[in-house]
Amino acid sequence: MSLNAFITETDIEGDGDGVLDGKTVAVKDNISTEGVPTTCGSRMLEDYEPPYDATVVERLTDAGATIVGKANMDEFGMGTTTETSYFGPTKNPVDEDHVPGGSSGGSAAAVAGGEADLALGSDTGGSVRAPAAFCGVVGIKPTYGLVSRYGLVAYANSLEQIGPIAPTVEEAAELLDVIAGPDENDGTTRAEGADSDYAGAAEGDVDGLTVGVPRELLDGADERVVDRFEAALDDLRAQGAETVDVELPSCEYAVAAYYVIAMSEASSNLARFDGVRYGNSGGFDGNWNETFAESRSEGFGDEVKRRVLLGTYALSAGYHDKYYKQAQEARAWVKQDFDEVFEDVDVVASPTMPVLPPELGESLDDPVQMYLADANTTPVNLANLPAISVPAGEADGLPVGLQLVGPKFGEETIVNAAAAVEA
Amino acid sequence: MTDAVDAEEIRHVADLARLDLDDDEVEAFTEQCGDVLERFEQLEEVPEVDAEPDLVNVMRPDEVEESLSQTAALKNAEETEDGQFKGPNVS
Repeated sequence: MSLNAFITETDIEGDGDGVLDGKTVAVKDNISTEGVPTTCGSRMLEDYEPPYDATVVERLTDAGATIVGKANMDEFGMGTTTETSYFGPTKNPVDEDHVPGGSSGGSAAAVAGGEADLALGSDTGGSVRAPAAFCGVVGIKPTYGLVSRYGLVAYANSLEQIGPIAPTVEEAAELLDVIAGPDENDGTTRAEGADSDYAGAAEGDVDGLTVGVPRELLDGADERVVDRFEAALDDLRAQGAETVDVELPSCEYAVAAYYVIAMSEASSNLARFDGVRYGNSGGFDGNWNETFAESRSEGFGDEVKRRVLLGTYALSAGYHDKYYKQAQEARAWVKQDFDEVFEDVDVVASPTMPVLPPELGESLDDPVQMYLADANTTPVNLANLPAISVPAGEADGLPVGLQLVGPKFGEETIVNAAAAVEA
Repeated sequence: MTDAVDAEEIRHVADLARLDLDDDEVEAFTEQCGDVLERFEQLEEVPEVDAEPDLVNVMRPDEVEESLSQTAALKNAEETEDGQFKGPNVS
């Protein structure tokens, strides 16, 4: 049975002879590929073919990679299971009755299922790390500004980064080396990623490394996940790392703050989809507003409608201060908490996901429960920090991921530490 | 069922967001959005944080550069006329 990892199979050949020569790559379907459908998992963009390549796509092909498919995803990145895709859910290659995680579920499933050597996803609140954890592969969410977002169809600009997914830490780091670095087409990119050698940092030398463990992030987690997490910490200690408990009291508010900010930005970003310049057209009967509403109601699925409604609500007169302003306060608090913790530790460790991969169809009808699964990943996006999810064994035959968070532009540190976890 | 938001407010917000909702959708979204908004109310407990935003302006010279051709820019539009996008009537 097919995993349904790809929305469109492609054969975009690399034109360089760089480090990715001979490698096949799956690219999430919200990353623009010139002349090749880029649907964002939405009926709205079913027939959309971008007129240009995203910067990361140019960097992939310049490095010699072949793009073999546009990977399935939750619609516009809105989901944690890849079940909100208009093109049907992707299956988890480890156990096909379970979800692969999301929203970059097609990307992670393609790598775990051997349909691509490597993949790109995008991570707004955990969308690279969650599927990497659920599929038993490695995923990196880079520091905000390390990787160009030019050509990434925007969901929540202030939170998202494109990141690599690969079978091993070293291969994920190598793919990050290819895509990182400043881009004049994205004014939020920074100089730090130029001439990086993250792959070279994958040594797994944790002797003397201090690992902070925020106990808050273990409280609500499934016991089977916590057992695997503790075993991984034992293993790190055996390799010479020191673990210390740290406190991140702000993280209790991270999920709510993340969703308020992401939905607010989404309600603005998705306003461009009106069926005139591109996208599903509702036909031209009726006036401007009626036609747009018809196009959008037909083109968007339920989760997208929910988030656009909630984002519009959170920004509307009378509610802005109560939701959006408070969410920004929480975001500043989360950043401050991490800054303080990184004065004493090198990395912060937690389970990537507090749960094992749910069964297909299990979590769709309860948005609140689905959002709570992002408890450990969303603080990282709010704080603009880098994080990696690395496999930490299995429980009941399902993969468990360990997340390591680093200080701003501390990619080398998390790559090195993650290599020790997989060893 | 929560009372964080009622059906009338959902209809109003849907109107602002240019979403046509049928009655069943209004009912479902009112309940689901109510549950979510109830969770969001937790944010009222967040203290004021004294933080310096690390933001800088990123400027570049405003120079004419190569860009998409008109044909390429119009390629995904459902309807065009005389090299322009054709949209619905404004009123």
